[in-house]
Amino acid sequence: MTATVKTDAALFELALRMGDNALILGQRIGAWCGHAPAVEEDIALANVALDLIGQTKMWLGLAGELEGKGRSADDLAFLRDARAFRNALLVEQPNGDFAHTLMRQYLFDAWHHPMLVALKSSADKRVADIAEKAEKEARYHLERSEDLIVRLGDGSAESHERMQTALDALYPFAGELYAADAIDGDLAARRIAPDLGEVGKRYLASLKSTFEEATLKAPWDAATRKGGKQGMHSEELGYILAEMQWMQRAYPGAKW
Amino acid sequence: MAGLSTKPSAKEIWAWLEDVPDPEIPVVSVVDLGIVRNVEWEGDDLVVTVTPTYSGCPATAVIALDIQEALRRRGVEKVRTKSQLSPAWTTDWIGEKAREKLKAYGIAPPAEGARCVGDLKNPIVECPHCGSTATEQVARFGSTPCKASWRCRDCLEPFDYFKSF
Repeated sequence: MTATVKTDAALFELALRMGDNALILGQRIGAWCGHAPAVEEDIALANVALDLIGQTKMWLGLAGELEGKGRSADDLAFLRDARAFRNALLVEQPNGDFAHTLMRQYLFDAWHHPMLVALKSSADKRVADIAEKAEKEARYHLERSEDLIVRLGDGSAESHERMQTALDALYPFAGELYAADAIDGDLAARRIAPDLGEVGKRYLASLKSTFEEATLKAPWDAATRKGGKQGMHSEELGYILAEMQWMQRAYPGAKW
Repeated sequence: MAGLSTKPSAKEIWAWLEDVPDPEIPVVSVVDLGIVRNVEWEGDDLVVTVTPTYSGCPATAVIALDIQEALRRRGVEKVRTKSQLSPAWTTDWIGEKAREKLKAYGIAPPAEGARCVGDLKNPIVECPHCGSTATEQVARFGSTPCKASWRCRDCLEPFDYFKSF
């Protein structure tokens, strides 16, 4: 009995981590809608946000099912407090200028895609099914963000400088994406999720080659900023939740 | 409409679903797009299994409602739609007839074959207006999640390309 409860708890955490990453990044880039520097980029950001919110529905739907307390994806998105969120610190970082938004997106996409590819072989069919769907979308996101990192990094003097500044600011958050804790170890041992160290190796190799092509220098030795996956967030998350959740908090159960 | 005295066959239901248009691109039906995966009776309930195109596509909920409504109009009283994620939807499931319909509507149909790996970056896309292949991508995204923005270098017209996915 104890073993079953433990199993579900780890899987529940995985579903929250994947779902909260997608939700918070989706909410962040959704804020660009109507403000991006070019209409094509405005549409691209809104479309990526839409995919991520769609993926959130699948992951948080699964989390609610695993938890078995009758909470829906909406309940989990709109009625949890900051400490119950499991997204990595990277995705809650502010939009900043367009370079920061793109760099944050690339650092996420370059991890998200190989992570989903690995989750397609999960021993849990529900996880594998969601990963199969989301992986195709993530691959398209990665193709776009990687292309823009190279074009703007190896672009004008100003675009290069802005991309370098963004990379210096955001790279310290990349390591959390592949830093395994006891939950990740447990899931990997049962083949529900991949060995994050392996995902990290592939991730770092692709970052190295992209940044080289983009003529950018990552602060590879910078200390990793982490804690979001365990619910220890920066102050940024509170502001995101205040904006995202106020309607359901003020008018509980309000429907579209 | 009064209920039907006998249960229509799955074949009949598939034919009725051919008349349910996609809400965003009404020139093609939900069957043409390959998103209806299964039709079967569970006792007196008709269950239609649908797969989403993109996980956040707002048309998904509308499609489920349209299917239920269309079948109720045909007299099927108890209809349920069920979502299925795997196998994940691919534009390879869009049939030849539907590709022609998309083109006639001004949308370049998706490149054929499972082109989601690698060469998705450089598909050869024919202009739906003049047929030229001297075309280029303007943006990787477009007016709906399933489309990208392109233009023709010969006739100079912009057009939507239904992304190979």
